[in-house]
Amino acid sequence: MGVVKAARGSREAARAGKGRSERLSEALLYILASLFLLILIYPLYFIVIASFSDPSAVAGGQVWLVPKGFTLDGYRELLKHDNIWIGYRNTILYTAAGTAIGLAVNLSAAYALSRKDLVGRRFFSLFFIFTMFFSGGLIPTFLTIRDFHMYDTFLVMVLPFSVVVFDIIVARTFFRTSIPGDLWEAAQLDGCGNLRYFLLVVLPLSKAIVAVLGLWIAVGYWNSYFNALIYLKNPDLYPLQLILRNILITNQMQSSMGSGEAAQIALRLASMMRYSVIIVATVPIMLIYPFVQKYFNQGVMIGAVKE
Amino acid sequence: MKTGRLELRRGAGRIRRNWGLYLLLLPAFTLTLLFAYKPMYGVLIAFKDYSPALGIGDSPWAGFKYFEKFFHSYQFSNTIKNTLILSLYSLATFPIPIVLALMVNQMRANRFRRFFQTVSYMPHFISTVVMVGLLLILLSPGTGLLGSVFRLFGAQAPDLIGSSSWFASLYVWSDVWQHVGWDSIIYIAALSAVDPSLYEAATVDGANRWHKVRYIDIPMLMPTAITLLILRVGGLLGVGFEKVYLMQNDLNILSSEILSTYVYKIGLLSSQYSFSSAINLFNTLINFALLILVNQIAKKVGDNSLW
Repeated sequence: MGVVKAARGSREAARAGKGRSERLSEALLYILASLFLLILIYPLYFIVIASFSDPSAVAGGQVWLVPKGFTLDGYRELLKHDNIWIGYRNTILYTAAGTAIGLAVNLSAAYALSRKDLVGRRFFSLFFIFTMFFSGGLIPTFLTIRDFHMYDTFLVMVLPFSVVVFDIIVARTFFRTSIPGDLWEAAQLDGCGNLRYFLLVVLPLSKAIVAVLGLWIAVGYWNSYFNALIYLKNPDLYPLQLILRNILITNQMQSSMGSGEAAQIALRLASMMRYSVIIVATVPIMLIYPFVQKYFNQGVMIGAVKE
Repeated sequence: MKTGRLELRRGAGRIRRNWGLYLLLLPAFTLTLLFAYKPMYGVLIAFKDYSPALGIGDSPWAGFKYFEKFFHSYQFSNTIKNTLILSLYSLATFPIPIVLALMVNQMRANRFRRFFQTVSYMPHFISTVVMVGLLLILLSPGTGLLGSVFRLFGAQAPDLIGSSSWFASLYVWSDVWQHVGWDSIIYIAALSAVDPSLYEAATVDGANRWHKVRYIDIPMLMPTAITLLILRVGGLLGVGFEKVYLMQNDLNILSSEILSTYVYKIGLLSSQYSFSSAINLFNTLINFALLILVNQIAKKVGDNSLW
């Protein structure tokens, strides 16, 4: 009797102990996660409040949790700089055209490669994959672009580098795993050709992968400056990121090194709008994500995990 | 023989029947041919004394002159050392997104979990230019957040941006900050595919939370992790030009000059096309060899490989 009671007691104690350690690890998990969130979010939050604050208060270290000396001067200053808005317009055009071209080129290639009855499938796959690991390099590519008279044109920003092999692989896996093969058999019996089948049957069933690739490609175009740096000379064609580079980095470096009057003016201008320009350049592309989020887990999972 | 011919005829029939698929493949194929394979032919200029007037074909051969020039230049060991340090350091942070995914997978509070994920994705959408701009702004010893924090304690902040010894850490950890949430998506997706009955069975066997992570979650992530690791190692020496170039300044150049920035400066800024291409080719070949090596190791150790 006593033994049974003792045994039951110790079992209860064990359960209670386990409950406590579970709760402890639970608490630890959420503390760690919150700390992590803070590290991620504070720099972003700081930029937002700094963009609405008096620049000298920011520089003096008085801005921590809320804007100090609330002002919209930083944003007003942006309006005076035409090159920012030209850059903005260019970036929107490059992103729209580049994403449309990228989706068309990569999705259609991916679909063709996903079909088991494509003769030469292995050859074409290798043909694309090889370019992931070997390339002619900077100068030969530059000379090629020049030979095609694409240097310093709109076209160079949206066409030559639109094939992304990684995207093709992901989309190919998606098509292979989520479009049933019987569907094609049935469509064929109804006299539907490959092109019509791809456009009218496959694509509507593949919203997830279209959303995922679209996001990847659009973010890539919005944020990159490399191609513009290498292939553009005319400032009227500059995308936003190249203009940002001048405002945020080149000026900053010059003003921290030089000390002349010009450097002083550059410093004042840069410090007035460097926060607002970051907000204006980043918020639009961040806003895309919630719209495609619902497709995201599905698309990434099917496309990449099973590869 | 007979079956061979039959196969051939069947293949030809399939090609004719599937002409639409080849049409879908055509744009990506043509673009890759023109802008990836044609520049590969241009690699020849690494072995020639390239003169724009003569073109690639007619320029006189130089043999390995430019490779030797690079091997004997004072930048040789420096750029290779910097490139290796940066890439190995980045590679070492590879497990961090996995840890994050394991953490997110443990969160039972759904609303917190969703908030956590959304916030952790946000920095990914920041462009490289803005990211480096953020570093310059926040870490400025005079006017930045770092300076303000140090002043709170009555100390003088160090100049991290202009320091050779801090360069690699800034580069790597700002990358982790920016992409850890995003990189964890793929692992979170893989974890959500784990069969729940495995956990139930483990609970019956008396496994606690840590045991389940250790013996179910981590093994489940291994195939995905190894595939991604191989891809990363393949690009080991291809460390991103964009961010390093933006972070460079006169004060940290000793540790921030890497192969790709050197290729750019020699090639496009000082127009030594052949010399630049030779360095570029050397870089690509090492990458390629590394990729094959790692893939072989992965094949031997586990059952994972890229091809």
